[in-house]
Amino acid sequence: MTRPAARNWRSTVLAVLILAVLLFPVYWMINTSLQKNATSFATSWFPLHPSLSGYRQALSQQGNHLLISLIVAFGATAISTTVATPAAYALAKFRLPGRGWIIFAALATQMIPGIVIANALYGTYNELHLLNSLPGLILADASLGIPFSIVLMRSFMTALPNEIMEAARIDGAGRLRAFISVAVPVSRNGIITAALFSFLFAWSDFLFALTLTTTGSVTPITLGIYQYLGAQTEQWSPVMATAVIACAPAAVLLVLAQRFIATGITGGAVK
Amino acid sequence: MTQTASLADRTDAAAGPGQGRDVRSPARRARRRERAAQWLFLTPALVYMAAFFGYPIVKNVVMSFQDYSVSSLYTGTAPFAGLLNYRAILSSGLFGQLAWNTAVFTVLSLAGQFTLGLGLALFFARRFPLNGVIRALLLLPWLLPLVASATVWRWMLGQDNGVVNALLGLAHLAPATGVPWLSSTSVALFAVILVNIWIGIPFNMVILYSGLREIPEEIHEAAALDGARAIARFRYITWPMLRPVVTVVLVLGFIYTIKVIDIILVVTGGGPANASQTLAVQSYQLSFKEFLFGQGAAMGNVLILISLVFALVYLRFNRAALRTGGEL
Repeated sequence: MTRPAARNWRSTVLAVLILAVLLFPVYWMINTSLQKNATSFATSWFPLHPSLSGYRQALSQQGNHLLISLIVAFGATAISTTVATPAAYALAKFRLPGRGWIIFAALATQMIPGIVIANALYGTYNELHLLNSLPGLILADASLGIPFSIVLMRSFMTALPNEIMEAARIDGAGRLRAFISVAVPVSRNGIITAALFSFLFAWSDFLFALTLTTTGSVTPITLGIYQYLGAQTEQWSPVMATAVIACAPAAVLLVLAQRFIATGITGGAVK
Repeated sequence: MTQTASLADRTDAAAGPGQGRDVRSPARRARRRERAAQWLFLTPALVYMAAFFGYPIVKNVVMSFQDYSVSSLYTGTAPFAGLLNYRAILSSGLFGQLAWNTAVFTVLSLAGQFTLGLGLALFFARRFPLNGVIRALLLLPWLLPLVASATVWRWMLGQDNGVVNALLGLAHLAPATGVPWLSSTSVALFAVILVNIWIGIPFNMVILYSGLREIPEEIHEAAALDGARAIARFRYITWPMLRPVVTVVLVLGFIYTIKVIDIILVVTGGGPANASQTLAVQSYQLSFKEFLFGQGAAMGNVLILISLVFALVYLRFNRAALRTGGEL
């Protein structure tokens, strides 16, 4: 009886070792960010004398960029979710002609290199005065989340039982009411998951920030890190501190989305 | 299908044939209004996708036949240039190297990500304590902003004070001077491949893992009872049943890998001397460093064409496989 259990724990030990190897870069990022002077020949293996000077420098130089990243990511998430949710609902619940093609198109957008979009948008943005502007970057970054959100939420909403929407319609609710007051609350988990990913896509965006902002007036944190690299590659503590800050939302998402994905699809609405 | 039959159908059916002939045209009008209202749900998304995906593709094709330069940005017009942009990028002397770099980058990245991802998926398909938690934590590299993780790797791969060389030195695996990961023309491409593999492992692992979970356990148990060893079970059960998922992983992986720009720009900048430059990075450089937007557009179209051909060829050979795995 004890043998299989022991073997199971041996697998756990092996898994932890794999985890340690694969997450070593993350450890090294945190370790470097906490050292006072990571310019020296040998960085210590452990942050035995942790210092926050890297973070202080990062926040004073990149605090502004952090704020811009937050605005852009929240704005893009709001747009992406508002646009994608009704579309996902329509694709899941209405038998519209050509809906298969629309889903296919949403999937096919993944094939388009970002540089192609940026290349074409640059001239158009220039004419529309959207270069170097928050709305311009927000609109572009929202496009990163929309196809993904549509596909993800559609699969959530396809699983919604028709009965609950029918009940609302019979109670006299219009199509829009049935959507807003029944379908949206019931597919809450799918919508939150899609929104979290949209946030992450916009937050991580680098290419649109690099190409659609040129004057430095709208610089999100990803672009801030890149500019660090050009300016001073000798001082790694503040660079790594900035990277840690830029990674924080991903860590939060990992905890949150894990829970939301795991939560049941109908969320107990029809029980 | 009957179970997922939509609300709209039922209301349509109720308003449709069941009614008398004389009320047919109001019923039809009501149905048309119903349809229009349904399309309104989709309109914002369709407009958005047309503006940010459809329009750029068309405009990019047009631009690739134009002499689109900085002055075009001011005048709003660009003279027709025929195939000059394509001729310029294909005959630049650099194209051969860029195509080779792109091929090596894509193939080795995919091979590494897939092999390690499959190994991990098979490992985590076993039952052991803390399996779920550890698997979730392994997703982290995939969720981090590419620029952030690429920056960490750039720091780790430094020749003199990078930790990778320090670790290799401890294990006596590297020369005393360290491996010139980022500064040697013969190593830089492999450095960015290494980084890209690291970033792609979680994606491959997650999808292959979910594919493995779909395979009914009874089949394995039955085969094991029949005396099939682990390798035989993998060869004759796991692999064939996993094929659809493998197709999805490889096609998506190819599409994502061939357009990688951020990682290369951050880790090596495409250098030294174009050693790690790919078609995608060059497309960026042409447009936004040299302001030859027409040539950048042409290069972008070459990229799309390669993706398209690969996807079509691969999917054609795996059509049956796609039918079950395409939902991902």
